[in-house]
Amino acid sequence: MSYTSNGFTDIKFHEEVLFERSRPGRAAYSLPAEDLTGAEDLLPADLRRKGLDLPELSEIDVVRHYTRLSTYNFSIDHTFYPLGSCTMKYNPKINEKMARLAAFANLHPETPLGYAQGTLKMLFDLQHMLAEVSGFAEVSLNPAAGAHGEYTGLGVIRKYHQKRGDTKRKKVIIPDSAHGTNPASCAINGFEAVVLESGPDGKICLDCLKGMLNDEVAAIMLTNPNTLGVFETDICAITKACHDAGALVYGDGANLNAILGVARPGDMGIDVMHFNLHKTFSTPHGGGGPGSGPVGVAKHLVEFLPNPVVRKEGDRYVFALLKDSMGRVRSFYGNVGIALRAYVYLLELGKEHIAEVAEQAVLNANYIKAKLKDIYNVKYPNDTLHEAVFDDSKLPNHVTTMDVAKGLIDRGYHPPTVYFPLIVHGALMVEPTETESKETMDGFIDALKDIAEKAASDPQSILNAPTKTYIKRPDETLAARKPVLKYGGEK
Amino acid sequence: MRYLPNTPAEVKEMLAAIGVNSIRDLFTCVPKNVLLKEPPALPAAMSEMEIERHMAELGGKNEGAAMLSFLGGGCYRHYAPSLIDQMLLRSEFYTAYTPYQPEASQGTLRAIFEFQTMIANLFSMDVSNASMYDGATAAAEAVMMALRNDRKKRTRIVVASTLHPHYIQTLRTYLEGFTGEVVLMEFDQQTGRVADRELAKIDKDTVAVLFQYPNWFGVIEDIHAIAKAAKAVEAWLIPAVIETTALGILTAPGELGADIAVGEGQPLGIPVNYGGPGVGLFTTRTDHVRKMPGRLVGKTADREGKECFVLTLSAREQHIKREKATSNICSNQGLMALAASMYLATMGKEGLRKVALTNLKRRDCLVKALAKTKAKLAFTGPCYNEIALKLPMKADAVIDKMAAEGVLAGVPASRYYPALDDILITATTEFHSCADAGRFATTLAKVIGG
Repeated sequence: MSYTSNGFTDIKFHEEVLFERSRPGRAAYSLPAEDLTGAEDLLPADLRRKGLDLPELSEIDVVRHYTRLSTYNFSIDHTFYPLGSCTMKYNPKINEKMARLAAFANLHPETPLGYAQGTLKMLFDLQHMLAEVSGFAEVSLNPAAGAHGEYTGLGVIRKYHQKRGDTKRKKVIIPDSAHGTNPASCAINGFEAVVLESGPDGKICLDCLKGMLNDEVAAIMLTNPNTLGVFETDICAITKACHDAGALVYGDGANLNAILGVARPGDMGIDVMHFNLHKTFSTPHGGGGPGSGPVGVAKHLVEFLPNPVVRKEGDRYVFALLKDSMGRVRSFYGNVGIALRAYVYLLELGKEHIAEVAEQAVLNANYIKAKLKDIYNVKYPNDTLHEAVFDDSKLPNHVTTMDVAKGLIDRGYHPPTVYFPLIVHGALMVEPTETESKETMDGFIDALKDIAEKAASDPQSILNAPTKTYIKRPDETLAARKPVLKYGGEK
Repeated sequence: MRYLPNTPAEVKEMLAAIGVNSIRDLFTCVPKNVLLKEPPALPAAMSEMEIERHMAELGGKNEGAAMLSFLGGGCYRHYAPSLIDQMLLRSEFYTAYTPYQPEASQGTLRAIFEFQTMIANLFSMDVSNASMYDGATAAAEAVMMALRNDRKKRTRIVVASTLHPHYIQTLRTYLEGFTGEVVLMEFDQQTGRVADRELAKIDKDTVAVLFQYPNWFGVIEDIHAIAKAAKAVEAWLIPAVIETTALGILTAPGELGADIAVGEGQPLGIPVNYGGPGVGLFTTRTDHVRKMPGRLVGKTADREGKECFVLTLSAREQHIKREKATSNICSNQGLMALAASMYLATMGKEGLRKVALTNLKRRDCLVKALAKTKAKLAFTGPCYNEIALKLPMKADAVIDKMAAEGVLAGVPASRYYPALDDILITATTEFHSCADAGRFATTLAKVIGG
């Protein structure tokens, strides 16, 4: 098989929006035959709605509709999906099977604790395992996603300073390479985000940081390795400088896959970190979610974790409420169904294989970087771990990163993350993860080489890409200018 | 290790291409003092069969999952057509990510567009976003949106005390970062709804009015009176619907003139999953669309003029606006939104109405069966599928005794209202038969006397 297709062809069925399949009188539901005459009178007339506009379909309409829609997606199970910073590793099938066990899926969150000990034990043990791999004292599984974890972690930091009466601390330092969620999470926590410019090597400049630290700084929010894939070699000095100035260190766990089983953020002096179970711990991305963003904290911050926490009392698992908690961050106890998948993944990895995750992920990323660095520029080449950030500066004929992305789709690969991090102009951020084989990456490398060659010899072929997909280069400006956000919404 | 494909020979070739001798040479940038000498102390790796055995054993300790359950209180077990889970297992959906590349993600994008359509129609609102984490965070985000955009910069947030306690607690947490104070409207001990006199708390300084219907006790608020009071002072009217199947029959938020309406999509074909994942619902009016949090999918055309779908209005979002974004949310509950879409597509308008009517009937069944017991209806307000029961003894004790008989009786109101220790909140859905209601009544009679 060659790069030209990755086996990708264009067999697609046309499919209308669901409402266009609707025919009056069709039904796909199955409910007990029952006379419902008069049932509506159980509700006062002024509490009844007027009409309800939902489609009317038969079961095969619904099944065929969603089956056809699914064929319009690229997914990990189709092909290489090296979306940088998203850790698109393989999602094990056993995870899905276990999450669907009736004993877990049908357990109601208000079940008396004595009848829910299986799930509570699972949650407690997962908290413990996550704490063990990250070097933190305790982990809360409450947050629903990475950004929600950031929100929660910053809330813990706010509470910590509040309790000490240190109310002047309103600023959070954030490197310019950070995810956009970092400053947004600060804003909704009432903190002011202050930007720290990256040094010439893409890392945090320790002296610049020291110059910014004062008694108004609540924390620094950093990602390590950062979004360039570069490890902050001064990490221990950075955390010490912050602590000396009375500030805490928030670690964005987006890139934990780079060091999983090899080193622990807690040991580096990081005080709070969120995990992304949908990245590092193999739970599915689900087309955008549900994720899970547990928060781990060092010992001095345990009392500020969100409520409730799962604890063990004797041989019984219970929920406890912390007096100084940063508060409740959602309903019930987190995305438990997602936590369960991560738990199953950790059971399978075990002590024996946990370190191989980071080792193989870093090997794969460095292999891609080595093979492509002469063709695609790497602005920050040193000390990179699990991802490689290229750019389009070496490409001729005005071929840009966006064109490369579309060219990759034609060659059967999901594009990398593009135009992020912002400090690399035209960034192409490639994160292969540990679950990809050498020949998969060789195919991808050949595809990127082919695109660079065509950019020189036949640029129009790249500027025209994609040609094999169902739709081609949608007009995003039109979508934003006249938003049509629902069927029939043009009116 | 089955998830790690590279063979030792391939690893060697790759190391040679990189120009290092060993994998550990790639980690020289990590300070030596923090490199682990031994891997973290996890349990020994398990094979697939061992995992299945382990999980079956663990599942055996969740007796509650298999018991006859009348638990509700914000999370409801309903009929879920088989096609939903079968289709959710299409890994083209579940192993894809956020649709950043529209040409490679039209499946996800179209599914979200249809979700937005069906949720907007269910709520009778102009527009829905691509979903939020859950109902509680959706409600908190709605209040933050009102605070940010209120022209008069008002800060008083009037909240029904009958809103799910987790929602009130979550809102209080989110408000730590904002200027805004919560004023609770107390409920009437007779009706179980917000007391009429409490509506006076909605005054000219009020930015938003947040309430749930049916409320946490299962009672449907005097929704028209609350709406009227909010409109009179031009406060943002924010109803929350958690038991969303009720909207098969119940007045929709849009019909009340809601400015923002939020809810929980779990009842729409999603398992209870010990409380998560479900899916948060967030809808608003067209004129507020650029102020709303969360992802949005819009219709457009491709370069050949073909209808297609893209993520849109992202200028509101954090990857562009950073600290000035409308929210920090950067994802949605994609797969759960897909499940809710499939549910609504399968039920259709007729099916959802039948589900709602069946819920009304089942509750009626249970009310009749309970006539023979010493339990009384705690409140007089109209209900959908829940009953707050006033018991002649502490609800906690009744719950324990009924559980010993294999019946999960409901949620004790004392969990959040310690004074209401004799009130039990019991939910019936179409999932129960009238015989199940009979068993509930018989078991209850055995515990409290018939």
